[in-house]
Amino acid sequence: MAYPTDRKYSAEHEWVSVAGNVATVGITHHAQDALGDIVHVELPTVGKTVKKGDGVAEVESVKAVSDVYTPVSGKIVAVNDGLDGNEGTVNSTPHDAGWLFRVELSNAAELDGLMDSGAYGEHAGNDF
Amino acid sequence: MPRRTPFHEYHRDAGARLIDFGGWEMPVQYQGLQAEHAACRSTVGCFDVSHMGEVRFRGPHALAAVNHLVTNDISKCAFDQAMYTAMCNERGGIVDDLIVYRIAEEDILICVNAANREKDYAWMKGHNPFGAEIVNESDQWGQLAIQGPNAIALGEALLGHSLADVKNYWFTRGTFAGIEGCIVARTGYTGEDGFEVFLPAGAADVVWTAIHDTGTRFGLADIGLGARDTLRLEMKYCLYGNDIDDDTTPLEAGLAWVTKLEKGEFVGRDPLVAQKAAGVPRRLVGLQVQDRIARQHNAVIHGGQVVGEVTSGTRSPCLGTNIAIAYVPAALSKPGTALEVDVRGKIALAEVVKTPFYTRPT
Repeated sequence: MAYPTDRKYSAEHEWVSVAGNVATVGITHHAQDALGDIVHVELPTVGKTVKKGDGVAEVESVKAVSDVYTPVSGKIVAVNDGLDGNEGTVNSTPHDAGWLFRVELSNAAELDGLMDSGAYGEHAGNDF
Repeated sequence: MPRRTPFHEYHRDAGARLIDFGGWEMPVQYQGLQAEHAACRSTVGCFDVSHMGEVRFRGPHALAAVNHLVTNDISKCAFDQAMYTAMCNERGGIVDDLIVYRIAEEDILICVNAANREKDYAWMKGHNPFGAEIVNESDQWGQLAIQGPNAIALGEALLGHSLADVKNYWFTRGTFAGIEGCIVARTGYTGEDGFEVFLPAGAADVVWTAIHDTGTRFGLADIGLGARDTLRLEMKYCLYGNDIDDDTTPLEAGLAWVTKLEKGEFVGRDPLVAQKAAGVPRRLVGLQVQDRIARQHNAVIHGGQVVGEVTSGTRSPCLGTNIAIAYVPAALSKPGTALEVDVRGKIALAEVVKTPFYTRPT
């Protein structure tokens, strides 16, 4: 299976899916697989202004904690509250129901610097 | 080139995720940490622990030599009995924690941690005033830990005689899965019933296959280092390099029960006697941490001051709570003491609790 072609990817293993002026961000299959069973997710505060590259969320497995860097700048307009108590969703459907937060874009040009599905698949070393 | 155990191909074929662990390429997980953890607590798990080392002491001075090196009193250990112990340096710091297997009057086998194989062997050779024969047999042995409620039944099927009769921390020597020269010990690192089998490295294929063929009907699951760590952490068993090291003493680490200061001379005894007399300044305690998962090296805070450090921490798969082990000042080590942990810049409330964290259902 290839990575979804309807979105962009960062080198730090986040995906970004854009609808209008709002980007939804999550971690990729590769990232969740490397972390293992996810048991805790720390999400940003809605309304917070974030800059591309900021560590705005944390995803923790039993073994390790990993920062999630926002690949785009803007304002946090939503977070995935549904993950509370259902953190395993990030493992099972990282590209869909396991999304983490939504950013209202302040600089849509940042999207041009991200990878497409093919480039990311090569970067992550594998399809899945 | 990383070192590999005799079971390496089985891990690779099973699709295990392999990691470097102290120079060893070891399986960290197979199907997933939580499922493996649960399997060990509910049925039975198989752990490849062949990376651990074995050092043999032989000759008329074997007992005196070992008792000179370790904190527990091995003279109280019967033949076919094992003892957990610390081995200290001259400052009373822990060189390693070990299991000593007393095979016969002039024959003792010691199991050492993987990362300490060479360090321990050199230390033992360098502190051998009695001139015992000391041989590093690490490459000659494979070792599997079989742990969980069904472990004894599985072991008996391959041993051909009772294992339930072998008491906790005793062992039996003989034929296991048709292989002669095995040692089967009622020891482990999970808090579950079970055993560990030392086998000739050349017999790895036969033993692995027999355990897995027979294990199917007992619900056997392969278990990686990830779940091995969470299982031991739920019991507050020390992990060398995390919770204990050359700069921590057994009295600080909660290992006074294996530190027999009255047994007579041993390496590190004097500073330990002095520390006990002066009062042990810090203690390794269990913490329940709210909201956040504390990790190794997180600071423990009390009254706005850093007073200690987390040495291990995780989300307990069985309890669902965040558990940690930390050094704290003796005055703050009583169960019920309220503390805080700095988890990457955010303060989490914590409480000292009695350990083990996990108790087996009766």
